[in-house]
Amino acid sequence: MATSQAVQGGDGRFDALLRLARAAGRFVAMVTVTLAGLLAVTFLIGRVVPIDPVLAVVGDRAPPHVYERVRQELGLDLPFLQQFLIYCRKALSGDFGTSVLTTNPVMTDIARVFPATVELSTVGVLIGILTGIPLGVLAAVKRGSVVDQFVRVLGLVGYSVPIFWLGLMGLLLFYARLDLVSGPGRLDITYDYLVTPVTGMILVDSIMQGQWEVFRNAFSHIILPAAMLGYFSLAYISRMTRSFMLSELAQEYVTTARVKGLSEARIIWRHALRNAAVPLVTVVALSYAHLLEGSVLTETVFAWPGLGQYITHSLQNADMNAVLGGTLIIGTVFVFLNLFSDLIYRLLDPRTR
Amino acid sequence: MKLLRSAAAAALFVAVAGVGLSAEAATPKDTLVMAWQIDDIITLDPAEAFEFSTAEINGNVYERLIGYDYNDVSKVFGVVAESWTMSEDGRTMAFKIREGKKFASGNPITAEDVVFSLQRAVLLDKSPAFIIGQFGLNKGNVKDKIKETGPMSFSMELDKPYAPSFVLYCLTATVASVVDKKLVMAHEKDGDLGNGWLKTNFAGSGPFKIREWRPNEAVVLERNDNYSGTKAPLARVIYRHLPVTATQRLLLEKGDIDIARNLGPEELSAVSAKADIRLQKAPKGTLYYFGLNQKNPNLAKPEVREALKYLVDYDAIADTIMKNLGVVHQAFLPKGFLGAIDGKPYKFDPVKAKELLAKAGLPDGFKVTMDVRSTQPITGMAEAIQQSFAKGGVKLEIIPGDGKQTLTKYRARTHDIYIGQWGADYQDPHTNADTFAANPNNADDAKAKPLAWRNAWDIPELTKRTEAAVLERDAAKRAALYGDLQQDVLKTGPYVVMFQQTEVAAVRKNVENFVLGPSFDTNSVATATKN
Repeated sequence: MATSQAVQGGDGRFDALLRLARAAGRFVAMVTVTLAGLLAVTFLIGRVVPIDPVLAVVGDRAPPHVYERVRQELGLDLPFLQQFLIYCRKALSGDFGTSVLTTNPVMTDIARVFPATVELSTVGVLIGILTGIPLGVLAAVKRGSVVDQFVRVLGLVGYSVPIFWLGLMGLLLFYARLDLVSGPGRLDITYDYLVTPVTGMILVDSIMQGQWEVFRNAFSHIILPAAMLGYFSLAYISRMTRSFMLSELAQEYVTTARVKGLSEARIIWRHALRNAAVPLVTVVALSYAHLLEGSVLTETVFAWPGLGQYITHSLQNADMNAVLGGTLIIGTVFVFLNLFSDLIYRLLDPRTR
Repeated sequence: MKLLRSAAAAALFVAVAGVGLSAEAATPKDTLVMAWQIDDIITLDPAEAFEFSTAEINGNVYERLIGYDYNDVSKVFGVVAESWTMSEDGRTMAFKIREGKKFASGNPITAEDVVFSLQRAVLLDKSPAFIIGQFGLNKGNVKDKIKETGPMSFSMELDKPYAPSFVLYCLTATVASVVDKKLVMAHEKDGDLGNGWLKTNFAGSGPFKIREWRPNEAVVLERNDNYSGTKAPLARVIYRHLPVTATQRLLLEKGDIDIARNLGPEELSAVSAKADIRLQKAPKGTLYYFGLNQKNPNLAKPEVREALKYLVDYDAIADTIMKNLGVVHQAFLPKGFLGAIDGKPYKFDPVKAKELLAKAGLPDGFKVTMDVRSTQPITGMAEAIQQSFAKGGVKLEIIPGDGKQTLTKYRARTHDIYIGQWGADYQDPHTNADTFAANPNNADDAKAKPLAWRNAWDIPELTKRTEAAVLERDAAKRAALYGDLQQDVLKTGPYVVMFQQTEVAAVRKNVENFVLGPSFDTNSVATATKN
């Protein structure tokens, strides 16, 4: 008996290990394929775009011999395949080279711009979640009512209005007219240099260093662009919440709960939403990943020195080292957020355990 | 459930806290904040930088040997140089360095620093090095040609007896900035003459010093207390990168910036109506033009080239798209340069244009493409030209593209028509004559690729005349030579020069003595004050 239990226990552990190994293998394979794809695509983009990367370095007025020398320094005179191999070798050894536009190593640049994007996206997605989920729930509960229509229209506008325009209107109203928030940029110049960058996220750094005035100022700068991004997340999250909730509210367990005499609030928030939260995790993770790509237009309107602006500017100048570095960061973020949402999914849904 | 309730409470808190968070507007009194699109900066090293924004920044933080009067560019004066003499054969220039000047680091400025700076520019051989190199200096000979003759004097040997004004104007360019040898060489790596370090750092002696460059975000200047001239009244000047012009306007009106540098014509009209904002303007040495590729058989016909010059409604564009941003100008030398002519022989005249096209054997017009950078005012101009061309029967197809994209095509000579800008590299007429009126070799693999080459314009005769003009030492005669060159290019050249750029800054009225000079390296914040 004891032996049989031990065997069963051993089998269980073995199965668990096997599952873990399989999951790890899948993960490694996914990362490898994604990164290899990114390498090839960024290389091809760099060679296919009709922009001369040498121009970004030497400008339009350099004499021909300077132009030629830089072309050779960039390795652009080598055969196509050789260029690709050099490119892969460098990237695989972790050397993303130097950005020709900023003269910094690409990783230094990314370490500077990515925290700005993370900060903005995190506040943005929080706003999206905190408003989108309650609105979605409300719309599902009051299906067909004015509230439902309102949430639908709100979502539709969020999908269809150009963010560039919305950002400018937001600035015009909340910054210029109503004076409720600060303007573009991350901080007023008076607060420059008061906080030593640690994480690169001013909100976090200012709390860590007890600089509350700086925190307040940084918050007044971030709130509007984050609200813009939050609005776009809201549009997606509220629609999906509504749809998941509708499907949950039609389940038999909801009827049973009602028969048991549970309060409506308890049924909605504790039972139905809890079940709807399982697929919602993926929706939220996707929204967050999307924001982390760096919303180029929001960053441009709000002069936010983030990853989106960095990659776009680099691409316009065929600064492919920078484009590759930025793209790999985004790729990695996607892979990890996917993994993370898988884990949360498993935690929330007992059937997947 | 609890989590959700707490989250909702936090959201409410955030929303409430957000209200009334606006910062104290208005910039500090000792700090000038300027909004400017400065994403063109790729290096701060004066031996390498060749962009508009770095020209201006370096103009405020470095000193050069020679300077010129912003109001009358024919007047040159010594800055780091106290005096200079030209040898009788016109091949050697001797300079004496001004005593008592210091770098921001505290190191004294000596002939050793000046010689190092000029040699360094030639040895590094970056984009702007040709401005000094064109006196026959190269990596092999520069150490012999530019030599110290004493602790505070040096000489420079030229390969030809150039017009002295040509040499002096070249020495006013950013590339001839004097850098602190000790400081730069302390950061030298692998024989790079400190280039890697100076790309993001500073080693000058101007009224300001560079505290920080955050790419695509800001450049922060601070007063240089070791400056030998009158100390700058302001403690800090911040160039903020604000890519969207509408945002620049909002911040300016609110007082969060003091100067906006990139406003469009409508925004300028709107802000100029505000009581606390004024417009400050200065003509710049930049021309708006379009180039006609002579590889296109239609554009190669002289009558067609001339007809197209009659098919631009110069005045209409000047009154609308270019309002405040430029004035009609048709010669290749901008106003203010030695020998510049002010003739504007071409007016919008579709009848005359049609006659010329008929003479060229194209009575029904023809189709042609134009590569257009997707940015204002270029796009607006191209659209206006498309309409006016149509009135002469010329069907213009606009090919929009990013700046670097259209330029790549232009430099490969695969365009029909390219519309763009050309800015003078230094204040001497040779800068533009050498590109508009010279083409030593029109072959595809030519070494020199001036604008005449880009438009495949084969002009051996004009090239010789351009080469002769730079050697003419009599200023009046030299001016006349450039006058003739401009007339000939105006009549026969494959360029339709339309406007000379006016730089306009929208400035809050409490800012005084901010200077917009004739070139970007003469835009100065050294004397600016805020009330």
